[in-house]
Parts: sequence; C-alpha cells; structure tokens
Amino acid sequence: MATTAVIDEKEKRNLWGGGAEPLRASYGKLMMWFFLLSDALSFSGLLITYGLSRFAHNAYTGKIADFVPSGNYWPVPEKVFTHIPFTHNPYPLVFVGIMTFILIMSSVTMVLAVEAGHRMDKEEVLKWMLWTIIGGAAFLGCQAWEWTIFIVGDKGRMIADGTTFFGANLHHNEYGPTLFADLFFFITGFHGTHVLSGVIINMIVFYNVAIGTYERVGHYEMVEKVGLYWHFVDLVWVFVFTFFYLV
Amino acid sequence: MSVAESHLHDHHDDHEHDHHDLPWIKKYVFSEDHKVIAKQYLISGIIWAIIGGGLSLLFRLQLAYPDANFDWLKPLLGGWIQNGKLDPEFYLALVTMHGTIMVFFVLTAGLSGTFSNFLIPLQIGARDMASGFLNMLSYWFFFVSGVIMLCSLFIETGPAGGGWTVYPPLSALPQAISGSGLGMTLWLISMALFIVSTLLGGLNYITTVINLRTNGMSFLRMPLTIWAFFITAIIGLLSFPVLFSAALLLIFDRTFGTSFFLSDIYIAGQALSFEGGSPVLFQHLFWFLGHPEVYIVLLPALGITSEIVATNSRKPIFGYKAMIGSMLAIAFLSFIVWAHHMFISGMNPFLGSIFMFLTLIIAVPSAVKAFNYITTLWRGNIIFTPAMLFSIGLVSFFISGGLTGIVLGNSAADIQLHDTYFVVAHFHIVMGSASFFGMLAGVYHWFPKMFGRMMDEKLGYVHFWITFIGVYMVFFPMHYIGIAGFPRRYYSFTGFDFTQSFTDLTQIITIAAIVTFAAQFIFLFNFFFSIFKGRRATENPWRSNTLEWTTPVEPGHGNWPGAIPTVYRWAYDYSKPGAEDDFIPQNVPFSETKGSNFPHENEQMVAEAESIHGK
Repeated sequence: MATTAVIDEKEKRNLWGGGAEPLRASYGKLMMWFFLLSDALSFSGLLITYGLSRFAHNAYTGKIADFVPSGNYWPVPEKVFTHIPFTHNPYPLVFVGIMTFILIMSSVTMVLAVEAGHRMDKEEVLKWMLWTIIGGAAFLGCQAWEWTIFIVGDKGRMIADGTTFFGANLHHNEYGPTLFADLFFFITGFHGTHVLSGVIINMIVFYNVAIGTYERVGHYEMVEKVGLYWHFVDLVWVFVFTFFYLV
Repeated sequence: MSVAESHLHDHHDDHEHDHHDLPWIKKYVFSEDHKVIAKQYLISGIIWAIIGGGLSLLFRLQLAYPDANFDWLKPLLGGWIQNGKLDPEFYLALVTMHGTIMVFFVLTAGLSGTFSNFLIPLQIGARDMASGFLNMLSYWFFFVSGVIMLCSLFIETGPAGGGWTVYPPLSALPQAISGSGLGMTLWLISMALFIVSTLLGGLNYITTVINLRTNGMSFLRMPLTIWAFFITAIIGLLSFPVLFSAALLLIFDRTFGTSFFLSDIYIAGQALSFEGGSPVLFQHLFWFLGHPEVYIVLLPALGITSEIVATNSRKPIFGYKAMIGSMLAIAFLSFIVWAHHMFISGMNPFLGSIFMFLTLIIAVPSAVKAFNYITTLWRGNIIFTPAMLFSIGLVSFFISGGLTGIVLGNSAADIQLHDTYFVVAHFHIVMGSASFFGMLAGVYHWFPKMFGRMMDEKLGYVHFWITFIGVYMVFFPMHYIGIAGFPRRYYSFTGFDFTQSFTDLTQIITIAAIVTFAAQFIFLFNFFFSIFKGRRATENPWRSNTLEWTTPVEPGHGNWPGAIPTVYRWAYDYSKPGAEDDFIPQNVPFSETKGSNFPHENEQMVAEAESIHGK
C-alpha cells in the first residue's frame, strides 16, 4: 500500500517534470480544449450582449394569457415560438424542445462513436458517426424551418410608421423591440454556423473512417477531437436555448 | 516508460526534420520551422513599426506646426494635403492607424510572434512547435490581415478614422466621417483575420509549453521568458474572442442595419432607424479585450527583461517564484479592471469605485516585478550589453509610466485627465515604450542565435541612448500638456487661448519624436548589416544558462543535432558560490557541480543518477 503511494507520487512528479504529456492528452486534443475555451468566450460575449440588451428594455408585466406583442417591452418567448408543422394550433416551445432533443441525442451518438473508436470497431464508429451527422443535419433543418416561420410571421403588428408589419427582419419585427429579432438572428445564426461547420467536419471524419485512415494510424483520436467540438456546440445550445426560450 | 517514449519521439523527429532538400518556397516562405516563422514575424513587425512610427511623425508635425505649409508632403500624401493643410479627417485616420498598427501588428504580433515562436521550443527543449502547420497558418493569417490593413491606407475615403478603439456610433455610421466608410470595413476584416492568427499562434504556444518540455524541465525550472509567453498566450486566448464577437456585431450594425450598439441617432435632422442598442455595451466588450491586451503587449517584454537582466547581472533572478506569482496575478487582474477605461462613459459611478479599487491592486504585483528587477541588478557584476541597456530602460519606463497609472486609476482624478495627453503620456511610456524596449532588448540578445552573427555593440549604445533620452523627451512633456487640459486626438489647438503658452512644448515633443524615429535607422542598419556581415557568433556569447545556447551556432531543423538535452536545474544559477564558472547551464547535472550544490540539491543527485542511467 505504502509503496504504491510512493510510486504514484513519483509518477505524478515525473508527469509534470518534462519529457511527458502531463495531462495525458496529445497536443491536438489540448489544442481543441483550448480552442473551445476561446470559443466559449466568443459566445459569452454574445450572450452578455443579449443579457444587457434585454435588461435595457422593459419586461412584460401583465398576465401571460393577455400578452400582446409590442415594441415597448421584451416579448414572452412562449407567446412567440408556438408553431409546429402541420397545424395552426399554438404549441408553445414544443418545436424548439424537439430541436434540443435531437441535438442532445446527436451528442449521445457521438459518445457512442468515440466509445466504438476506443474498441477500434470501424463499423460501429461509422454507424454512430452517421447518426450524429443525421442528427446535426436534422437540427439545422429544424432551425431553417423555425427561422422561416419567424421571418414570415403570423398576426403582424402595427409599427411606428402606421403600417402593419408581418414577421421579422433586422429592422422591424412583429414580436417586440428591434433588438429581439436582431439578437435572435445573430446568436442562433452564430450557433447554427458552428453546427454547420461541425456537420461538415463530421462528414470529413466519417469519410476518413470509411476509407480506413484511422485504422491505419492505429487510433480514432480524430473522432474524439471532433466529438469534443460537437459536445461543445451542444452545450452552447443549452445556454442559447435557456436565454432565448426559457427565461 | 516516458523515457522510452521520448526516445521514440526523437527517432521519429529526426526523420521528420531530415529534409534538407526542401524547395525554396517551403523553406523560407511557407515554412513550418518555428525559427523561420519567428524571423518572418520579426521582419514584418519591423516593417510595421516603420510605417506606424512614420504615421505618428505626420500628425506630430501637424500638432507642432498647425500653421505651416505642408505642400512638401504632397508627393507622399497627395490629396490629403489641401492648400498646404493636412486634411482634418485624415489626421484622425493617422491617429487611428498609428494606434492599431503599433498595438496589434508591432507589439502583439511582432513581439509575441517573434519571441514566443523563437524561444519556446529552444528554451523548453523541443524540436519545434506542437503543430508547425498551424504555426505557419498563424503567420499567413497575420500577413493577409496586414495586407488588408495596408490597402486601407491607400483607398480614396482613407483608412479607419474612429480611433483604435473604434467606438460606435462614430465607427458604425459611414455618414459620420469618411474614415467610417470602406476604411472601417477593411479595418474590421483585417482585425477578424488578426484574431484568427493570434488564436492559432496562442494554441500552439500553450500546448507546446504544456506537452513538449524536455526531460526535467518542470514548470518551476522554466525560464521566466517561457512563463511570460505562456501567460500571455492564455490571456490572448481568453480576451481576443470577445473582441471578435464585438467586431462581428459591429459589422452587422454597419452592413446589415442591426441596432446592437446604436439607438436614437439623428443625422441632419433625419432620424435613423436604429433603436434599442447601447454604445456603452461596445465599450465594455472592447475593453474586456482592450485591457488584457495591454498585458499581452507588456508581459513578453517583462519576461525577456527578466532573462536579460539576470544573465547580464551575473546573478540569479531575485524572487523567481514571486515573478511567476506576480505575472499570474497581473494576468488575473487584467480581466477585471476593464471599466477603468470607461469612468466617464456614463457608467454607474459606484461601479467606477469598484473598478478603481481593482485597478489599484495591480500596483502590487507590478511593484513586486519592479523591485525584483532592481534587486537583481543590486551588486551584480553588470555587463552593459545593448540588450542589457534596453532592459534597464524598460524597467525605468515601467516605473515612471506605472506611477502615472496610479493617478489615472483613480476615478475622481480620471474625470480631469481622461482623454488628455496625460493618458497618452502614461500608456506610451508604460506600455508602448516599455514593450518596444523589451522587443529591442530581445533582438539584441537573441540575434546571435537567430542569425549566427553578432550585432555591433557601439551602434547599439548610440541607438540606446538616443532612443532612451528621446522617449522621455517625447512623452514626459505630455504629462504637463495633459494636466493643462489638452485633449488627445484634436487636430488643432490654436483656437484656444490657453494653448499659446504650450506651443513650444509641443514643438519640442515633435522634434524629439523626429530624432528618436531617425535613431531607429541606426538600429535598422545594424540589424540588416549584421545579418550578412556581422562578427561571427559563438554558441553561447552571453554565457547564459538557458537551453537555446546549447544548440549549434545556427540551429537547423529540429534544433539539436543529437538528442535533446535533459534539464537538471533552474535557469538562474549565475555566480553560484563554489562553482568553477559564474554560470551553470540548465543541462549540467548536480553530480558534476558537487562543489557548489546546496544540501537539497545533493539529495536530488540520486534521482538524477537514475534518469542519466535510464538513458
């Protein structure tokens, strides 16, 4: 018992003493971690912008059932995001819930792909990578549909110049203050760009798995690295979801 | 296990770096060798410093001689001189570009890019950076970003003119000034690419320091240069992305009509459609980068100074761990003081007092550093090489500029001094000149390792004294002008009566600036002449301890022809009592220096013997 403790201690010292990879991670994996740290601060900048902009506006104080969109206060999300395909009945936040579920499931399949990579099981890696790509693409499709509904609009609202404005663009929107739509487009768009690049990178890695590149290299670390990125994109979505849809 | 692994690595690397028959373009242009990339950064930084410094002379001329006829500048400035007068909007563009170029291209890319790239692998004992390819990309992103910025100098509406801080709404509305047109767009694109470049570079610096240290190079044996570069890279990695976000939002405001930073704006009685945004928000986002940026610029210079001062005082650096601790403290504090740039922005005054308190705390780690430099010099066998002189000059600037920082950090005093020449004097001394001196010291000190030749010492002395006195001549009078109430960025002061008695002072500043700038050509001549014709260097001309001096005079690919040296001690065993020589390099085991070992070092000889035997 005592001897193992001594050996452990010695090993630990050697690990940070140079000539070794102290975090037991290759430089590529470390770089991915630090890149994600950096990217997290980009998103923080945007979400802080969201928070400050939102607190600079009045909040809606009446009953939620009586909510009417107005440029004077920030809209209530469950009164804005009520659409689901094939019906005109309002289902508040159901669609975005499905989107979130899809993205989280794609993270689960990514974990399974990484796990299969540890076992050097090429067929399984392929299978789970494919599901991840499908999940990512499905999320992007959902986002495109949601943006379309958001842009086309529904009931419309009278704006300052006396006309009724339907939907949303970067200058006006029927849901609330200008910044509501500006921030929605910018931040979900910035996140969507991350998802899109994630899907493209996943496809490249999928191709490399298929032609056996990593089998020849002897490990599936690349799958792990894109996995880290994918989980990060997923995690960021949880924050975006919370800010835009829940609070 | 780890020894076996590193052997494998060595073997592998030897193969990888054994390509002498690289085509010219891969060897010198798209090179992945950290030493070549460092030289690329250095040369680019020098070119940008000439441009940035030259621009400052133009507006200094305008400030000192507002009534003079500038027609003789027409060949250079063309249409920006009308009826013998400098165009006022171009004056603003000059100030903006001078700031941008100096802060980002010279003192961030030129300083970190050169010395982090050059010294990290050499001083920690690595064959190269973790990823040579990303390192190469980093330089070329910087290059493209520079080309775009350079192009913006030549467009018809002029380069960006809203100040290097590009505050909206001035920078967001093309109608505001001509510099907010295409010039501003190019500025933002250029900066976005620059941020990508620093990101790629920073990732490399951090992972290389963590993963590629040679055997025995524990964190507490690393030279302070490496600590400084490591911390700098982390600061950059955390602060630049926020500027990236702010720049993207500003691009949207400018191009697509969003209102993130804009609200209630009337131009010529006409209301613009922007509503709800906040320009103060941009200031918060900008200074969240902007303040750490000060330390991104300064810390590498401080690290270089630590190394040079210890080497040339022939003494161990005083307070090695205190130096690391103070750098970490400065890095941490740099993220929570940004609003001291915004005391008069309309921010809540109570918030101002909190930021004032946090700001003043920075004086503590800064003072620790200053005292440690002085105590290292104290009773040392000082060798006044040009590098040493520039390092001591840095310490002088760090102290005299830092003292005015304490004045400016007070939110009450800042109301009077904000945006005056007092601020200009403060940051030019403590951040601009100090970092610039650090960079020059680094060039003089590591020139032999970069080019295998020595720079001329006499020219170095001349260069130092003119520059050192010149810098104080330029920036010291600015304190008085600032206290007198001269606002910065003003095109002309002749409209105000109180300015009459300061005319001679502004003229002295301008003349000193011209002389100081001219003196840099002594350096340039020395630099380029010595590359080709300098005296041949030896392997370790400064009798220094760090690993880069164990490489051949001109290290090739992979840096060490044989195995990478193992490290047995810290980097500061200078003038150790009982030692044969007044320096003991890091790769000398304790078993070879029994006469000078401390008791706890004798104990380490057992572990040492194991590792030597293991090899």
